[in-house]
Amino acid sequence: MRSNLERKRLRNAPTAGIVGGTAAWALSLSPAEAAWLRFKQNRAACIGGLFLLLTVSFVILWPVFRAPGIANWLPPSVTYAPTALSNLQFAAPAAGHWFGTDVHGRDLLSRVVYGARISLLVGLVGAGVSLVIGVLWGAVAGYVGGRCDQIMMRAVDVLYSLPSIVFVIVMITTLEELFKGWLAKVFSPEFAAMGRMLFLFAGLGSVSWLTMARIVRGQVLSLRNQNFVLASLALGASHRRIIFRHILPNVGGVVIVYLTLTVPSIVLYESFLSYLGLGIQPPQASLGSLIAEGASQINPIRIYWWLIAFPGGFLAALLLALNFLGDGLRDALDPRAAERR
Amino acid sequence: MSLLEVCNLKVRFQADRRRLRRSSGCVRAVDDVSFAIEPGETLGLVGESGCGKTSLARAVIRLIEPASGSVWFEGEELTRLDAAALRSRRRKFQMIFQDPYTTLDPLMTAGEAIGEALDVHQLCQGEEDRRRQIEVLLSEVGLDPEHARRYPHEFSGGQRQRIGIARALAVRPKLVVCDEPVSALDVSVQAQIINLLRELQRSLGIAYLFITHDLAVVEHISQRILVMYLGRVMEAGEAKLICRSPKHPYTQALLSAVPVLDPDSKRQRIILPGEPPSPIDPPSGCPFHPRCPLAEARCREQTPALREIGAGHQVACHLVAPPPMG
Repeated sequence: MRSNLERKRLRNAPTAGIVGGTAAWALSLSPAEAAWLRFKQNRAACIGGLFLLLTVSFVILWPVFRAPGIANWLPPSVTYAPTALSNLQFAAPAAGHWFGTDVHGRDLLSRVVYGARISLLVGLVGAGVSLVIGVLWGAVAGYVGGRCDQIMMRAVDVLYSLPSIVFVIVMITTLEELFKGWLAKVFSPEFAAMGRMLFLFAGLGSVSWLTMARIVRGQVLSLRNQNFVLASLALGASHRRIIFRHILPNVGGVVIVYLTLTVPSIVLYESFLSYLGLGIQPPQASLGSLIAEGASQINPIRIYWWLIAFPGGFLAALLLALNFLGDGLRDALDPRAAERR
Repeated sequence: MSLLEVCNLKVRFQADRRRLRRSSGCVRAVDDVSFAIEPGETLGLVGESGCGKTSLARAVIRLIEPASGSVWFEGEELTRLDAAALRSRRRKFQMIFQDPYTTLDPLMTAGEAIGEALDVHQLCQGEEDRRRQIEVLLSEVGLDPEHARRYPHEFSGGQRQRIGIARALAVRPKLVVCDEPVSALDVSVQAQIINLLRELQRSLGIAYLFITHDLAVVEHISQRILVMYLGRVMEAGEAKLICRSPKHPYTQALLSAVPVLDPDSKRQRIILPGEPPSPIDPPSGCPFHPRCPLAEARCREQTPALREIGAGHQVACHLVAPPPMG
């Protein structure tokens, strides 16, 4: 794939060194190929994407490392269980424990990976909810306009005006009261314990889409009056076609950028809820709760820096990578980006 | 039967109530306009900015809803059709827009823009046929078929207008409404686009409703002309007749403003006093009377009807004598 594309580019552009001048080689590339080429030119986005890919696969594969057949092949420091206690408390990073150990002697590396699992899941679910509900809600409100727009956006305003933290807390606790028994009966008591996470998702999801809906509505409102939408109508295109083929692709750039901002805010929100005892409960961990735990261990006598540096650094790296990836995607998906640079 | 017949079409816009509380609150953009277009014919629509040309064009193809009146296209009442039926009829009448810089989706390649027209009306069998049709259309409007993969920002204004034309022609319409298709382009490109439109008319037999404020252009391209002022038709008739011997004082003033290449020309330029009145609050009687150099007392009181004064030549003016009876 890659070499084929490169060859195409070289063949079509004698001055392939000037990658900004897309016109010459864009001639024989399909839009998807051209977007991929533009993405590849953005080094930060590529590194960010690669880092995310590696992290996610590492985090997903983590439990596999402890499987009996595989563990023998790996160094022992990557095969600790996140909840396995030991007598080795507050051990500094060393060969045995790459990231050190915490107050209960648990391996910090495994806890960070475990925490990243939950943080990423929470972030992605929140972002997914804001993507689906927020974009559709905003697009319909902006496109239909009039009274429909008024009603839909007033609903958003009402949800906005409630203090979101109180709203989420009420939501999580009521849902838990209502469904805990039901979950235990229908599925299993273990699943009911996991149910906590579902309620957390519901709570976070319910507030995450509001800003997205507002942003998308504003964009759609201005796009709806663009001449190319009128031209499409004159052509005989249906409203659904116009929304999905013209309007949504044109709000895509803004949506991607805002999504990459939503993920970190939700990850931090989750850590705050966990701190209040509503989110992830020990011995489970998320990156946010690990950082909070590390911060509580800071004292003037001994500095257990690894407790805060590793989860914090990991979170920062994840969020940076996500932002670079989002920027790169936005530029790659916009054919005009190369000219603007 | 005419291809298109427009009867007593009226377009109203609600004026912003907050700012114009005292006025009647209604802009009469198009007031009681009737005309017909025969198959393969070009009807030129001229008038100064804000006289309702674009509103009329959009109301004819129902991009905006007319307040009253009827539009008959091939014997079918367009204003009574429901949304789905109207969408399917749109294949027969297309529009070319004024500003080629904003009428193409910036994220769609030229090929996709033209292909959308084909997809909407399901005019192609399979991917291969679709690609071939797009290439044919691009070469029809004088573009390289290779250009199908380019984005709008990679084209010049004239090329973009050609894409707009190819998109309108993709569905093989019988009527194309051209809303000032060349006013955003520079003069040399204007001529190219107009010649292209004429060639396409000759080879495909399309009828045009050609809107412009450039009288030199309209004489060149159209068989008949409709002159509008403040939403009303002032004069209608054969293009040559109107350009050679305009009867309505407004048309005369309009034509006297066309630049002439001969520096020794003795022609008198008629300068109209004042501005066109607001269509929210049109003058009583003849809408042109406040600026008309020949206005009389009755012009202020009675609105002149559009009267036939010669073969197919209609004028709305009290001062133009109707032909002797019998």
